[in-house]
Amino acid sequence: MTGARSGAAGWGFVAPALLWTLAFFIVPFVVMGAMSLATLDGRTLVWGLHPDNYVELATRAYLWRAIIVSLEITLTVTIVSVLLAYPLAAIIAFRVPPRWQRLALLLAILPFWTSYVVRSYAWLLVLAQEGIVNRALTGIGLLDDPVRLANTRFATVTGFVHFFVMLLTLTIYANLVQLSPNYRRAAMDLGANAFQTFRHVILPLTLPGIVTGAFLTFVLCIGDYVTPQILGGNTELTVPQVIMVQLGRRANFPLASALAIVLMGIVTLAYLGCARWLRLDRI
Amino acid sequence: MTKRISALLGGTAIVALAGPAAAQELNALVWCDHTDEALIAPFEEEFGVTVNLREYEGTGAALALLEQSRPGDWDVLVIDGIDVFRVVEAGLMAPLPRDELPLDDFFPEIVMEENNAVDGTLYAVTEKFGYNTISYNSENVDPEDMQDLSTVWSDEYAGRISIYDYYLPVMGLAALSAGIDTAAMDAASLETIAPVLSQMRASAASVAGVVAAQTALATGEVDIVVGGGEWLTAVLSADQPELTWTIPDQGAVRWTQSIGVLADSENPDLALEFVKYIVSAEGQARLATSSCFWGMPANSAAGDILTEDQRAALRWDEQGDYLARTQLYPAPDADLDIEMQDLWLDTLQQ
Repeated sequence: MTGARSGAAGWGFVAPALLWTLAFFIVPFVVMGAMSLATLDGRTLVWGLHPDNYVELATRAYLWRAIIVSLEITLTVTIVSVLLAYPLAAIIAFRVPPRWQRLALLLAILPFWTSYVVRSYAWLLVLAQEGIVNRALTGIGLLDDPVRLANTRFATVTGFVHFFVMLLTLTIYANLVQLSPNYRRAAMDLGANAFQTFRHVILPLTLPGIVTGAFLTFVLCIGDYVTPQILGGNTELTVPQVIMVQLGRRANFPLASALAIVLMGIVTLAYLGCARWLRLDRI
Repeated sequence: MTKRISALLGGTAIVALAGPAAAQELNALVWCDHTDEALIAPFEEEFGVTVNLREYEGTGAALALLEQSRPGDWDVLVIDGIDVFRVVEAGLMAPLPRDELPLDDFFPEIVMEENNAVDGTLYAVTEKFGYNTISYNSENVDPEDMQDLSTVWSDEYAGRISIYDYYLPVMGLAALSAGIDTAAMDAASLETIAPVLSQMRASAASVAGVVAAQTALATGEVDIVVGGGEWLTAVLSADQPELTWTIPDQGAVRWTQSIGVLADSENPDLALEFVKYIVSAEGQARLATSSCFWGMPANSAAGDILTEDQRAALRWDEQGDYLARTQLYPAPDADLDIEMQDLWLDTLQQ
């Protein structure tokens, strides 16, 4: 009786999360999967088990190229963001006095407070040929003529990195401040210099935080439409941009769904690749 | 006596319309130019109703919205002129009474009976039009060069071009430069225009939407927008008169937008009044100069209301010549549309 009661109580506690997952993940995923196996007859949707969209994915050069472009941009953004965020988080965690750390974090995430779209357009102006970056570089004599920065992959990566450095700084900082200072003291007592302490003690211990932040960056970046659309100038297309093209005029939901399933597959592979280090409790 | 009864009935009809309208709402799926308060407020005040506007981009998005809505959720639809047949085929549009619309005042080329009517029944009416052609900065490029499409995207202007991010008008321009009429475009003609698109793409610094293209031209990021027109430069020309547009010798393509009442509308009378307001001379003048984008009004009577400056920005006096030298942009069937979109995406990924 007690066991049955506690079992019912357990299900009672779990039920809201289960219902939430069922309603907002499982059901949409099943619908999207079914839609990816549907096809269009002219402009009419035909349900069924048609592999057409996946065949098209395998044979259409621009679709493959979109997947490759998305992966290249996402990996670049993830790596650059980690390389920039780690030192920033370390400075805040180890160099900034504790009473100022909250303010330092606030300043680090201040750009989060502005609209994502507005921030992207602002970057477009900053990176324009007559923008502040080109003017500064030509003004100090580093460049003779302005260079093309806007509407390039560089612009897309810059816009992404600006956003994700903030996110990664938070996740890595949360990890760093949980580290007991005794680890560093012990390493130094044993004769390790600062680099060795970092390489053999701090880095391995903070790896879960780095991987968790990097995984979040990967997931958010590969599915983002706004930044490449505004800053990339459509000089190359990512998967979300191709999805939008399919929906915009032709309402080709089946092919768009197949592309979305591929994106989910890539994210799943990324998860499996770093599951060993993922520690969401470190965020 | 008969006249008095008619007047009484007419008055009753107006009261019947105005009475419940005090609490009425009209829901319209529109393009961004309809969201200008200066356009909508006079209608709301006159009828004492609220007009709820939902912007969308792309006919596919509109169809998806309509499919996901309950019957009666939407009353009015603004749609690309070449896509009216799609919504009519889907049974979404209600017939419009010709005798209540000022079609006789329209520019004849813009009535577009073949697009807006099926089997003699009118389902939509053209409300605005313009051109996808060449916008440019006259201080940085030779205006003479802009009269020849092949020169526009030649190596001479490589890296100084932005292409408008909509494949139908841009492919229409490519077809015109290859000597193919937009109405004659078929799968075979795509092979002819593919190299033209590749050349265009190779010369382009970006492929941009409306705001990005305007920004690129205004900030000097590019000097030419292929697919631009009055809708792109008119709102900028007051501050930057050097930003202008032309129709090249090979011609250009023409865009149109239509408006109609949805078949399932729960407020069909009010929806029709809204359509009538939009195509009235006053509504047309406001729509033509919407803060989102400018364009020519379909109803020529709007010319009496627009100011001289507004008429000049729209190049009112040259419309006869422009209409004669432009073609409606391609209106592909479903199969050709797929091939055109695939070619466009292939070109962008080159």
